[in-house]
Amino acid sequence: MNRYLQSREVILSAAILMLILLISLRFPAFIAPANLANVFNDTSPLMILAIGQMIVILTKCIDLSVAATLALTGMVVSLLNIAAPDLPLVVTIMIALSLGAVLGMVNGLLVWKLNIPPIVVTLGTMTIYRGVIFLISNGKWVNAHEMSPAFKALPRHVFLGFPLLSWFALAVIVIAAVVMTRTTLGRAFYAVGGNPHASVYTGLNVGRTQFWAFTISGALAGLTGYLWVSRYAVAYVDIAGGFELDVVAACVIGGISIAGGIGSVGGAVLGALFLGVIKNALPVINISPFWQLAISGTAIIIAVVLNSRANRPPGRIILKQSEPAA
Amino acid sequence: MSAMKKILTTVAVAATLIGGTAQAETTRIALVVKALGIGFFEAANKGAEEAAKELGDVEIIYTGPTDTTAEGQIEVINSLIAQGVNAIAISANDPDAVAPALQKAMDRGITVISWDSGVAKEGRQMHLNPSSSALIGNTIIKLAADHMPDGGDVAVLSATATSTNQNIWIDEMKKVMGNYPGVNLVATVYGDDLADKSYREAQGLMATYPDLKAIIAPTTVGILAASQAVTDAGKIGQINVTGLGLPSEMAGAVESGATISFAIWNPIDLGYAATMLSYNIAKGATAEPGAKIGMGRMGDATLDDNNEAAMSDPFTYDKSNIEQFKSIF
Repeated sequence: MNRYLQSREVILSAAILMLILLISLRFPAFIAPANLANVFNDTSPLMILAIGQMIVILTKCIDLSVAATLALTGMVVSLLNIAAPDLPLVVTIMIALSLGAVLGMVNGLLVWKLNIPPIVVTLGTMTIYRGVIFLISNGKWVNAHEMSPAFKALPRHVFLGFPLLSWFALAVIVIAAVVMTRTTLGRAFYAVGGNPHASVYTGLNVGRTQFWAFTISGALAGLTGYLWVSRYAVAYVDIAGGFELDVVAACVIGGISIAGGIGSVGGAVLGALFLGVIKNALPVINISPFWQLAISGTAIIIAVVLNSRANRPPGRIILKQSEPAA
Repeated sequence: MSAMKKILTTVAVAATLIGGTAQAETTRIALVVKALGIGFFEAANKGAEEAAKELGDVEIIYTGPTDTTAEGQIEVINSLIAQGVNAIAISANDPDAVAPALQKAMDRGITVISWDSGVAKEGRQMHLNPSSSALIGNTIIKLAADHMPDGGDVAVLSATATSTNQNIWIDEMKKVMGNYPGVNLVATVYGDDLADKSYREAQGLMATYPDLKAIIAPTTVGILAASQAVTDAGKIGQINVTGLGLPSEMAGAVESGATISFAIWNPIDLGYAATMLSYNIAKGATAEPGAKIGMGRMGDATLDDNNEAAMSDPFTYDKSNIEQFKSIF
């Protein structure tokens, strides 16, 4: 099984490399290390969110409220920054993480305790969270000159050659990889999505595991909320509008099965990078914006087709041929 | 007993009459915007309220969908028709899609005008342009050219490829490019009015055209994202980001130097003028080619052959006046 997963990631990595080479034929500067680092940095929010989404999808759920959670947390920390410009950034980040986690818990509780289908729950909370942003901000923008310089500088601060935004993504990738492969909770996510009935018999609480998946996804969306508003130095109702679809697309491209139970951190990261490369390449290869949409869509469908072909389970013999009588 | 009954009846009838006339006198004008929560339209609402206060007997209903879709606006229009407002002044998300709903409103005797972003001719009585498209087109290229004495490359970062007003302004800009020798337009890209996509498009422009001198973004989200991208790339002083933006949003960029100057008409004036026009047309002024209709303190609007009128010239903001305006809108 592990070899199988590995090989899919290898295929995706090869596809990304091919894509980069193709783009560099048309725009040579794209392959420069500085530009590739830039692409990685630009894709960091998508990678962090895709990892959270992957965990939710593993448990047979889906979280459509990630972008709204991101936007709400981003607005709250921006307003907080106006009210208390001297608040240490560590506190800001802790608030972003915990607020995101609480918003994720709301999804989780509704799915766990009330047994509402996750797509309905998160579709509802998505709209509610966007509405709350409007209420707390009165529809106003928080602009660059209202944010404190330190608040805006953090994601751009360069540490060992990379901006901190990239380091946040790397940290999330490493922690998620360890949690998903080395801890009971991580394995529980796979078990609950892979075979809910069997996991009940092994003593796992399916609902509670899904609750934790939503909580983690919410916390990561909260963290991204702060990184997003500080990077673009603006917060308003519509930030990251429609981004939840990119996040789900990144997961699907990364080979995470919508039916649950199959997927890896590496897959989610590569899926996000695949989309990130396309998004960053389209502006520089100079083609009509109408074609850009068609190309993004086609790339997603091709990747999904390749993945589902690779994913197709080989035929299995359920009933043996009659054995010769003893 | 009978006298008592008579008095009561008279009072009741009188009360109904007074109530009825009071209601008929208040003109209810709906200001329908592209989406709620956009600073520009919030400011227009301030102007509309100012006009309402000046006129005295006007109630402003400020409304719009929560996202910039024509479908959302059609729902809003239908509910306004049901409420029986006297006038609708709309900034449309799509010139054609909202026209049938607005025609229905006009059939019911509701005054319909469009402002900012226009509606197809059959869907409104008149359209108020914030400025003339030609003036805006000239202003945005002039803002860039003024700071490029030796000429050079400029690029446009627009909203979506189908935005009505941005496309008209860019076309008008291209018509007057000849008046600015040495200034080359190398590309037009679209950031879809999303902060992250606009930022990425601006990065793409800097990578593709290393000699770029200016980015012209005739959209508030785009100019802000482009300023941020130029700041992050460390190219302040090398690339000037200009175009159309709001003072409150652009204050940071002007302070850092990423944007030397930018322009916008005054949205407060625009909301004010749209309200005044709606009121005057609802009260009997005819909207026909050549007609002059009053806009209160903004003077008169003169309608052209398409029943369109321009309010005033765009206004330039820079380091000298940004402090004064950033708290206004």
